[in-house]
Amino acid sequence: MSDEPVLVVSGLRKVFGAQVAVDDVNFELLPGKSIAIVGESGSGKTTVARMIVGLERPTAGTITACGRDRSKPARNGAERKSRGREVQIVFQDPYSSLDPRMSGAALVDEVLRVHHGGDPEQRGRRVSELAGLVGLDERQMNALPRALSGGQRQRVAIARALATDPRVLILDESVAALDVSIQAQVLNVLADIRDQRGISYVLISHDLAVVRQLTEEALVMQRGVVVEQGPTADLLDHPKHPYTQLLRASVPGPGWKPQRMRERLLGAEVPAS
Amino acid sequence: MTAEVLTPVTDLVTTPTRRRGLRGVGVIGYISAGVIAFALVLAIVGPFIRPYDPNLINFSYANVGPIAGHPLGFDGQGRDLLSRLMVGARTCVLGAMFVALLSIFIGTSLAVITAWFGGKTDTSISGVLDVVFAFPGILLAIVAAAVFGPSLLSAGLALAIAYSPYIARVLRGAAIKERAQAYIAAMEVQGFGVWRLCARHLVPNISSLIVAQGTILFGYAMVDLAAISFLGLGVQSPTADWGVMISEGKIGLLQGYPLESFSAVLCIVIVVSAVSFLGERLSERSKQGRS
Repeated sequence: MSDEPVLVVSGLRKVFGAQVAVDDVNFELLPGKSIAIVGESGSGKTTVARMIVGLERPTAGTITACGRDRSKPARNGAERKSRGREVQIVFQDPYSSLDPRMSGAALVDEVLRVHHGGDPEQRGRRVSELAGLVGLDERQMNALPRALSGGQRQRVAIARALATDPRVLILDESVAALDVSIQAQVLNVLADIRDQRGISYVLISHDLAVVRQLTEEALVMQRGVVVEQGPTADLLDHPKHPYTQLLRASVPGPGWKPQRMRERLLGAEVPAS
Repeated sequence: MTAEVLTPVTDLVTTPTRRRGLRGVGVIGYISAGVIAFALVLAIVGPFIRPYDPNLINFSYANVGPIAGHPLGFDGQGRDLLSRLMVGARTCVLGAMFVALLSIFIGTSLAVITAWFGGKTDTSISGVLDVVFAFPGILLAIVAAAVFGPSLLSAGLALAIAYSPYIARVLRGAAIKERAQAYIAAMEVQGFGVWRLCARHLVPNISSLIVAQGTILFGYAMVDLAAISFLGLGVQSPTADWGVMISEGKIGLLQGYPLESFSAVLCIVIVVSAVSFLGERLSERSKQGRS
């Protein structure tokens, strides 16, 4: 495995009307490594993710995946598909991210058919392999999404994202909607997959425990701007920027009083809510 | 497909599709479906199984009531009424079906295009639709008859165009909602083409609404087509058609021989009621299913 970064983001900026959603985001992601983007709702993390996968067009800046630029819309179907094989995403809401009319097996099968064609038997083997990878049995893979739980659906979504063996997988709050025990299961699945395949993750989350468990590097975003960036352990143990300190201190623990924390750390900067 | 590796499980929970057929439309729903099916079969085979030539004129039988061998009697020109009804189903039912299918096609396409591209495309198409909305179907059909000559085809085309905005308007909202779903975005990220996404995923997911709207429209189309034929701008006499029969029966009606108009009216009322009821039920059900 080369040490060329699989994903390079530089000077990324997105403006919606007069609102600057994302301003000057830079990072590099090496193969098999993971990076976290942390921040509260509306801080621009999801916009970064949507730009990386091509669902939003950057106002400025470049995104390079596997050495190829992807900051402009794909010119043709072949390019669109090859981008699909480089970076994939798992969305937050497991209830809307699967076509309600299709079983997990059919969903994954269609992705394989679009990308590689091939004979049904070969695709079937790959579907079973992916099902095994995310820990779903045959019955669950053949069930419609509405017959599956949130965690099972999210695993179908992960299987679909992994179908074409992408180099980078973006997890956009992918475990946030799941309850804690299921969350742990899915996180274990993700960690296993990384060990087996050398895939890189971009983890978008506000759950610092998850961030610590899964990533080596982290960046903290506030109102579209990266306020702190560095190795995850350092960043969480010795936060320098007041906003990172606030995030760190917002994790509930013994004697935790949110209002006091806000006042102590940010003074009058943040209005009490 | 993948049956080799993944054996389908015969479990209720794992039914592979969301298709529900006619489930949940109630007893009257089933009866309505039966009536519609009967009308469709009649429209197709009617001309082949009619007992007499529907256009055979015999003035000695003009306005004669039911007699042996002629259960509905004769019209003002001595033609067998039952035969004319059976043959008339074709233009009426198939014509309405043509109108409904064409306007569903146009309306769904427009709805999906507006939902998919949004922005200026949406604004301009919606603007054009609002203008078309302003013209009643019958008015457009009269204009079409004036320009292209009176025929079922020109009337049908005009009606289909006039109805498309109704379909497009209703489906646009549903399509926009569906477009915003994460599963569509996930497939875009996979590199699926727009055509595949719309035709294989977006449209099938709003299909219950499409079917419901189409069914309701089928009823309207039948009434309007009959009205146009009644006005003499659609199907032309002597071709048997329910609308034409109502029109030709006017004279008999005044002279105290109402059977020709009444029988044709009854046919239209029964079929349209069945269609409307089924359409309403399907539409109800699709609303419940989407909550």
